[in-house]
Order: sequence, then C-alpha cells, then structure tokens
Amino acid sequence: MSILVDRDTRLLIQGITGREGQFHGQAMLDYGTQVVAGVTPGKGGQETFNGRVPIFDTVAEAVDRTGANTSVIYVPAAFAPDAIFEAASSGIGLIFCITEGIPALDMLRVYHVLRAQGVRLIGPNCPGATTPGEAKVGIIPGNIHRRGRVGLVSRSGTLTYEVVEALTDEGIGQSTCVGIGGDPIVGTSFIEILTLFEADPLTDAVVLIGEIGGDEEERAAEHIAQTMSKPVAAFVAGRTAPPGRRMGHAGAIISGGTGTAESKRTALRDAGVRVADSPLQIPALLREAGVA
Amino acid sequence: MKLQEFRSKEILARHGIPTLPGEIATTPAAARAAAERLGVPVVVKAQVLAGGRGKAGGVKLAADPAEAEARAAEILELRIAGAPVHTVLVTPSVVIAHEYYLAVILDRAARAVTVIASAEGGIDIEDVAQTDPAAVLRLPLNPLIGLQPHNVRAVSFFLAIPEAHRATFAATLTGLVEAFVQTDAELAEINPLALTSDGLVALDAKIVLDDSGLARHPDLEQLRDPAEEEPAEAAAREAGISYIKLDGTIGCMVNGAGLAMATMDLVKLAGGEPANFLDIGGGARHERVAAAFRIILADPNVRAVLINIFGGITRGDEVAQGIVEARAGLERQVPMVVRIVGTNADEAAFILESADLQTAYTLDEAAAMAVAAATAGEGR
Repeated sequence: MSILVDRDTRLLIQGITGREGQFHGQAMLDYGTQVVAGVTPGKGGQETFNGRVPIFDTVAEAVDRTGANTSVIYVPAAFAPDAIFEAASSGIGLIFCITEGIPALDMLRVYHVLRAQGVRLIGPNCPGATTPGEAKVGIIPGNIHRRGRVGLVSRSGTLTYEVVEALTDEGIGQSTCVGIGGDPIVGTSFIEILTLFEADPLTDAVVLIGEIGGDEEERAAEHIAQTMSKPVAAFVAGRTAPPGRRMGHAGAIISGGTGTAESKRTALRDAGVRVADSPLQIPALLREAGVA
Repeated sequence: MKLQEFRSKEILARHGIPTLPGEIATTPAAARAAAERLGVPVVVKAQVLAGGRGKAGGVKLAADPAEAEARAAEILELRIAGAPVHTVLVTPSVVIAHEYYLAVILDRAARAVTVIASAEGGIDIEDVAQTDPAAVLRLPLNPLIGLQPHNVRAVSFFLAIPEAHRATFAATLTGLVEAFVQTDAELAEINPLALTSDGLVALDAKIVLDDSGLARHPDLEQLRDPAEEEPAEAAAREAGISYIKLDGTIGCMVNGAGLAMATMDLVKLAGGEPANFLDIGGGARHERVAAAFRIILADPNVRAVLINIFGGITRGDEVAQGIVEARAGLERQVPMVVRIVGTNADEAAFILESADLQTAYTLDEAAAMAVAAATAGEGR
C-alpha cells in the first residue's frame, strides 16, 4: 500500500539516455525502484545500466514487453507534452513529469486530455515521489528519507527535501512524499493528494508545503477543514518575498485576496492546521499532534 | 514578459482589433513632430511596464504641438514605480462615451482560458471587482473548443454593447482570444475598450507573455526592452538565473524558488534582511554559480552571502567546485556561509573543506551564521 508508488511500481523512463535520465535512472535503481524499461526514439533494441534496462522506441512497445505501469519523463520542455500524451495513450496509468518550462497553454491541453483519459499526471516541474524503502520516482535524493507514517505533499522541489530531511533527522519517518510541481497548471492538486493520504491506512498525519501565488493552499485549507480527520502541519514559503508579479487588473480580479503567504497561513490555521515559521519546526508540530 | 502599451496594441491590431494611430517618441521634439502629423489634440502617454501610470502623471493631454512637446518633456523626466520613462506614445485624443473592460487570462484555478469583462472599465476596475462582483463577468472557455459564437454573444449582452457596435465587439473579443493563444500569453487586456464617436477602440492594452512560451516565439523575444529591466535582472536572465533585488544585506544563492523563498524567510527570522531572491535553477553547474556570484556582489549593500543548495537534479559537488573557482576570481570578498546537502553532498563537503569555506548543516544554522557574519562585517 502507501500512495502512488511502491514495490509494485514498474517504472518506465522516457528520455532514459539523456543526462538527467542516466543520472537519476541510476539513483532510482540504486534505491531499489523497479526500473523495467526506457524509451528513447531511435535507440530501441539497446540496453542501459549494464544491461539491466532495455530501451524501446515507443512507450506502447515498452508497456507491451515489460508491463510498465508508471512513467517518469526527463525529456526537454519542447518534447514533454508529446511524451505525456504518448504515455497516456499507451496504457500507462500514472505519469510523473519532471521537466521544467512547459508553456502553460500546452499544459492546459495536456491537463484536460489526461483527465478525459483517466490517467493521473504528477507535475510538470515536480521532483517526483518516494515511498521510503519501496520506490523512488523522480529526482528526490533517496538517502534523506526514513520509513514511517507521515505523508508529505509539496508544490516545491528543493524545499520538499529540506522538510523531509528535517523529519528524518528528528526520527519521523514518511509513508510517501510527493511533489506536485510549481507550475500554474499541474496534473494533480493538493486536494487530490490529501484525499489519497486521508484514505491511506499507512499514513497517520500529513505535512503540506506551500508557497505564495495561486489559491491552491486556500482551497486545500477548506478541504482539510471539511473532510480530513488526520492532523496536518504546514509551512508556506514566501513571507518575505516582494509582492509577486501582478498580472494587470485581471490577475487581481482572479486572485482576489488570496495568494500571499499570510492569506495562506491564516486559511490553514483557521482550518486547524499547525503552521510552522521554519521547516525545522515541523517535527515538533507533528509531535504536538500526537505523531510518535 | 510584459509588453508595453504600444507593442501590445500592435499585436492586437494585427488580430483585427480597432486601435488609434499613434507614434513613438523618445524626445520632446519628436513628440511635437508626431502631434503635427497626427493632428491635435493628442494624448502623450509614458511607455512603462509598471501599473499606476495615469495616477503617477504619466498620461497628459495636449491641445497643440507645442504643448505636446512640453508634456513629453515632463513625462520623460518621470520615474514611475522606480523605472525611468524612456519612451512616450503620442496618439489622438478622442471623446469617450463609455469605457468597457475586456481581458483574457489563464485562470489556474479554473484551469481554463477565461474571459473577464465589465461595463465599468477604466482604472478602478479592481475596486469594482471587490465592491460589486456581479458587475464583472468571468467566463471560462471550454479547452477543447475555445471561444464559440455563443460565448461572444454572452459577453456582448452582459456588457450591453449597443447593437450598432456588436459586430466590432465580436471581432475584438475574437481577436483578443486569438492574440492570447497565438502569442502564448498569460494575459491580454484592453482597458478601456472605449466607445467613441468613431466606434469601439482599444485605448489602452497590456499583454503579458508566458516566459516558458518565448522559446517558440523568437519574434516576441526580440521585443524585450533592455532599458526597462534592472541590469542585474537582465544579466541573471541571460545566465538562466531568476533574480530579484531587495533592500537587505545578506545575498542569497539557492536552488529552487520555494527553497529560495524559505531561505529569505529564515534570514529574516534570524534577524537579518535578505538582499535578493536568487534561484540558480535546476542542474546548475559552475558557470552559472560564477554568474550568480557576480550578480549578488554587484549589489553594494551585500555584507555576507548565504549559499543554500539542496541537491536533487543539481549535484552538490558541481556547485561546490563552482563556488571555489568563482571565489578565486571575485573582485570583492565578503563572508560566505555555504550549506550543500542532498545529491553528492559528501563530495561537496570535501571540496568546501579543502577550500576552507565556512559550512553549515541546517538551514536555521546557516541563516544565523550569515546574519552574524553580515553584522560583524558592518562593524569593520
């Protein structure tokens, strides 16, 4: 069990022969993730990682031959939407897109097409997910984790690692850690991951890491107040950030009073969430909430 | 990337939206000549990216060419929201019967390209949205089919566009959505869309482009105005770094926007003030680290530098090597606190220790050390 990735994850790497695919592919294998296939168009028939992982020209072929059920994408932004579409149309049920810099209008199409197909996308511009001791998918350093019962969801990349390390240093293990990505349009929201954690018998409490911009945290706060029984602790980055880029009048009309760190912290606090001033305070807040 | 009014209007005009003729001037004499060609009265408008231009005195009416010259001279002396005015737009003055607001934006919560419209256009539209939300229409477009004729009719009736102008309005809204999509915009706004004796006209416009889309629009990338950008921010962008200058004394070099903001928050919590936001981006190597150093230290207020790298896609040893190499070539030396954890952290620690750099383990500790170093530096 646990959420999204575990020892039954059969992972396909799209862009396996690139610099990032090679580096992080090796790290995922070293962690014990079942990396069953790679795709690089034109390099089908070859193998990589000392013959451990076969390379295919297409995702369909990789799925057919290896039973891959999850994909992680490291291809450049110009090719990433197509890579996502290919995975979604080839029997992959869960896609992680690490790629940064995909135009928002491309992501809008990707989002709605994948929803219609019933395929889950995490990201883009995300660090992936780790279920400690079982599987890691993406770019989160494996050695910072410890197995346990606290779920973590974040919009950030490196700030996620910071909090995971703070938990591990204080002896608090994690059930699954998920980065949903920081772009304006991402495949999966805070609320969807919170719902998975609430239903997961291996998760006792949840950490939410937010940042300024958008209203994802405010919506998550409402969801937590209405539906969650498990305790939640949070950190929101950007209290000292200068007032964000204003997108003309329409941006202000869209966002209303939401978007600032204070608005998010207040919304979360009002929802009964324990809100930290520093990532390092999160372990103590979890202990307060009864996490062993 | 924000586009100035005159560039935004050029794009809108290409998509069939009615705009007024206009000329760009960078000197008072050129403004006078423009007024002579266009015919008076004219409006002289500062071309800046900041909002609040009208309230800052950047828009002036001129009854004749001599007055246009005088008004342009005043406006070209202004700084609006800190930015100097280099260019004015000279455009005919028109009599306005009504002002509408019309915009297309990417609404991330609705996950849709969304039309925003109000019959109460003009500079106070945000107040209208707050005090009378029913006066502002938000219409998300279906992502599969985009703007449809019934959408256009819905907006047109909501705004109560007079029948004689409905065809022009339909062309304007259609053109605005088309311009938004074809330029990969985050925002395309007309405010006001004015009803004049000559019909509907886009009197002011603003387009904000999605930076991630610029790679496929080299023509739009060329519209970037270096005079409008902070030199340090321009240098950062060219090096692939996100940088925003602030007023504090502690320079921050961090990988990842979230962690960069958290690092700034903790500097503040430790009693210091961050001098900047700086995200060196994913997978940074030594050239980018060296560029980040140059940008941070070009700010004379910086008394200490805090480097916080949590390796994931970025490899700690490459950053450590970059720090050591770049430090040797720096013109100005300030105390440095380095924290590198995550991917290849052990290799990084070895490199940093061999180079005698001050290192920290936790983020709180690093922030406190940097604040102490900056404070000690002040006393010298």
